[in-house]
Amino acid sequence: MKKYTNTGNKDTRSGFGDGLTELGKTNPNVVALCADLTGSLKMNAFKDNHPERFFQIGIAEANMIGIAAGMTIGGKIPFTGTFANFSTGRVYDQIRQSVAYSDKNVKICASHAGITLGEDGATHQILEDIGLMKMLPGMTVINTCDYNQTKAATLAIAEHHGPVYLRFGRPKVANFTPEDQTFEIGKAVQLTEGTDVTIVATGHLVWEAVQAAETLEAAGISAEVINIHTIKPLDEEAILASVAKTGCVVTAEEHNFLGGLGESVSRTLALHRPTPQEFVATNDTFGESGTPAQLMEKYGLNAASIVKAVNKVMIRK
Amino acid sequence: MSDNKSLENLVTQVRRDILRMVHKVNSGHPGGSLGCAEFLVTLYNDIMKLNDGFSMDGKEEDVFFLSNGHISPVIYSVLARRGYFPVDELNTFRLLDSRLQGHPTTHEGLPGIRIASGSLGQGMSVAIGTALTKKLNGDQHIVYSLHGDGELQEGQIWEAAMYASGNNVDNYIATVDYNKKQIDGATDDVLPLGSLSAKFEAFGWEVLEIEEGNNIQAIKDGMAAAKAKTGKGKPVVVLLHTEMGNGVDFMMNTHAWHGKAPNDEQLESALAQNPETLGDY
Repeated sequence: MKKYTNTGNKDTRSGFGDGLTELGKTNPNVVALCADLTGSLKMNAFKDNHPERFFQIGIAEANMIGIAAGMTIGGKIPFTGTFANFSTGRVYDQIRQSVAYSDKNVKICASHAGITLGEDGATHQILEDIGLMKMLPGMTVINTCDYNQTKAATLAIAEHHGPVYLRFGRPKVANFTPEDQTFEIGKAVQLTEGTDVTIVATGHLVWEAVQAAETLEAAGISAEVINIHTIKPLDEEAILASVAKTGCVVTAEEHNFLGGLGESVSRTLALHRPTPQEFVATNDTFGESGTPAQLMEKYGLNAASIVKAVNKVMIRK
Repeated sequence: MSDNKSLENLVTQVRRDILRMVHKVNSGHPGGSLGCAEFLVTLYNDIMKLNDGFSMDGKEEDVFFLSNGHISPVIYSVLARRGYFPVDELNTFRLLDSRLQGHPTTHEGLPGIRIASGSLGQGMSVAIGTALTKKLNGDQHIVYSLHGDGELQEGQIWEAAMYASGNNVDNYIATVDYNKKQIDGATDDVLPLGSLSAKFEAFGWEVLEIEEGNNIQAIKDGMAAAKAKTGKGKPVVVLLHTEMGNGVDFMMNTHAWHGKAPNDEQLESALAQNPETLGDY
């Protein structure tokens, strides 16, 4: 039985772009900064509608983060846009000192995250960014799963005071969450109810988890899929309530298993309810060139990998 | 406007504060702090247009960013003596549970500080950001920043410099503590800066030099000239030729006191050269 319907493939970055366009109309304090990737980040509409509030920084990401931090002084809400690799690793110290430690209201919006960036290869495919960002005190870390959720998250973070890392991607993927959803930072969304296994997924892996749940259901396994769009702060309550029922968990993310969602879930379980867990994530490796689908398969990040992980974890119960 | 005599008295007291702060905890950066005492005292008490009290947003007032955060003793003393927080709090410099961290930060809510600094090279970008927000807000006030000359070895400075001129950020005056020294020695030996004025000019800035960066009248005149250059389409940089350790004879003409505190005898000698003017904390 199909529990979720894909209303048509769309890229999550367009959800960001359309959310930003809406914010341009509704919130005069929102400003947008981009490091020479306006088209890729889908920021063109904001730029065209509000040229006075759009800042083309050029290929100078460190400067972009610093300018964004400075712009908050006087009440602006800066949204920075570039690829995830250049949004985090390249500017870690600038984010650490000028944004996180200084508690500045900057929204670091990162596209082309993970391996689904595809053909450009490992130099651009960051699989460590969730870890980098979640280690920063005070940083909120969000990884959205589809167009609708990314748009809703973009609107929501403008209303939240404090630094936010918003991670999304390049390829067109299933758009299956409600168009009119309210995005609540830090609040997990239960997508399917189940009793045998909990699948906690984030980002592009959420759709894969829903697909996996359908396959598992056909095999008589009842999977509860939880969409964790906010990795920090983590909705521990939702995860603990679910594993109390199911007794085992698979975490799924487009990220290294080191530093990602899976480790955050492990910590929660270790502290409150030690539970068998399997990780669907990249295995401490860099990516490579290929199509998104090829890469998701090769690096074990699709529905089939989740099904395998479920079968493995169920035995450990 | 403040007369030079009262500013000089304040400088002497600020020197005492700096020396006593770093001596007490046997750590901190007296050399650069002393070198910038005249400048920061004059900036905060004569040049900048400031509102009463502190607001993070700094609307409708001039705003200053210290990019070379290691000279925290001087900014703490200048801010306290300007009334941003109690002068007695200078006693807590670098101690556990203090708002006066080793390097300035907003984290403990110290009034007068709007951004953390310490990791070098970031303050020019931040200052540009605030200058852009002032323009968006229709706020005519000026943003100032101070940088170490060694700090200009950081690449981000030049990203920011390119941006500021390319985007006509002309409500901004950057200043450089041009003492030609850094921790490891002379900047010429560590990594030569070349001609700073030629570099900034090539980046499209208005460049001014204050040859006597430890002379209050020279600072007043130079900064007035800098202010006159704002609002004309270009960012402005002032190269302040300063003497590291100024006002304490054995701390001058050397980089040795960049990050070293005086011992008891050295403190006594340094304080004797700077008799109390406004009262020690």
